[in-house]
Amino acid sequence: MSDGTFEPKIVGFLCNWCSYRAADLAGSSRVKYPPNVRIIRVMCSGRVDPTFALKAFELGADGVLLAGCHPGECHYLEQNYKAMRRFSMLKHTLRAMKLEEERFQLLWASAAEGNRFAEHVAKMTEEVRKLGPLSWRRNWIEKGLDDKEIEKFLKEHEEAMEVPAR
Amino acid sequence: MSDKGKLALYWAASCGGCEIAVLAVNEKILDVANAFDIVFWPCVMDGKVRDIEKMPDKSIDLCLFNGGIRNSEQEYMARLLRRKAKVLVAFGSCAHEGCIPGLANMNSRDEILQFVYKDSPSADNPKGVLPEVETKVPEGTLHLPFFYDTLKTLGQTVDVDYYLPGCPPEPERIWDAIVAILSGKLPPPGSVIGAETTVCDDCPRKREEKKIKEFKRTWQIIPDTEKCLLEQGIVCCGIATRAGCGALCPQVGSPCIGCYGPNAGVEDFGARMMTAIASVIDSEDPEEIDRIIQEGIPDPVGTFYRFSLAHSSLRRSNRAGNGKPAAKEEEAEVSGR
Repeated sequence: MSDGTFEPKIVGFLCNWCSYRAADLAGSSRVKYPPNVRIIRVMCSGRVDPTFALKAFELGADGVLLAGCHPGECHYLEQNYKAMRRFSMLKHTLRAMKLEEERFQLLWASAAEGNRFAEHVAKMTEEVRKLGPLSWRRNWIEKGLDDKEIEKFLKEHEEAMEVPAR
Repeated sequence: MSDKGKLALYWAASCGGCEIAVLAVNEKILDVANAFDIVFWPCVMDGKVRDIEKMPDKSIDLCLFNGGIRNSEQEYMARLLRRKAKVLVAFGSCAHEGCIPGLANMNSRDEILQFVYKDSPSADNPKGVLPEVETKVPEGTLHLPFFYDTLKTLGQTVDVDYYLPGCPPEPERIWDAIVAILSGKLPPPGSVIGAETTVCDDCPRKREEKKIKEFKRTWQIIPDTEKCLLEQGIVCCGIATRAGCGALCPQVGSPCIGCYGPNAGVEDFGARMMTAIASVIDSEDPEEIDRIIQEGIPDPVGTFYRFSLAHSSLRRSNRAGNGKPAAKEEEAEVSGR
């Protein structure tokens, strides 16, 4: 954020067999794409528990990308279908939590699709950039209240907790 | 002065069921009275906050605190009792994980006050009066607690020694916990006093293979009495929920709703439920999967986080107006945590 523009932080869970290799290919063939995705390599997209995505948002990610092999091409036969169902379920819940759609995305990219991976990252980065920072933890802090003000309330309670007997 | 221990109980944002659950230990409540002098229990006996304030720090041996922290008075009481108590127990689901009051974290303070005081069908408030923190009257200034935007659990407010899960905790578990505390046979501080298995382990229903084409609401079918409820398409939270209740609900054909909280090792109850429930959907077509989920689970937060929204990874819904760059000091506060 050095020049004032917002750079979204996106956490990408990439499967070892396809999508990570797609990212690798994008790198080795020098495809240019924004450096906003922090890549975490997992053995399979089916390994990605919804907890991972929630944890990423909790710790300050502005977006989460889940990427795996195309349906039918999973190294572990059908675990990416599992990923597909979990993605759908978590997306449904996050929608109810008023999270913008663009912040949580699913991509199928094979080991040969370096360009597809790079294009998707570029597109997602732009979409999340437009939304602005998420910073979920800011939701927890009392709006318009800092610790000092809470302390002030507590002090008042200490003084006013009980109506003195007449 | 007797040499008995000192016991305090307090009730913050909760329904009061926990207080009743303490009394449900029946005649053993006399044993509790034999072991402890009850110094503070507003629900049951007279007692003044001033008296607690005057007690030396750490002079209460055990405090059972139920309820979440919804306003500044409850926060004050939580901090006060933390200071005075040697052992502070988050008693019941509200203190442990926010429970039903925590579901209000789907809305902001303004929305809640607007509905409760103005829009709800039973509201009779022609002048549109909302509670104020300070009100000046001829006799002086009246104070009301400040209503927070986000409900916190007790553990998010002060250090908690032990958690006793349940909405409310079952009397037998309460008794077990009191015995454990009295005899000093306790797990390490910060842990949950309870079983480390799930409700499914206590459930007598037969489990075969879970393949679900359609989720059903409880009013849509009369479930088979032998078969696992989840296999019949009813969303049952037994898989992620800590044992302790004896699987009371599934035994009578009602799905587990997760009131005993996450089992040991489950970081986020809702996430564990989503993982389990999504995995058994019998479809490989994204559109069909979406349809099954949206038709079958119209209220995902109420289904997966009914008891644990405040305790979950995300704690509350995203606020409107988020997305703007954080102010400098606010950013510092966020990253400093």
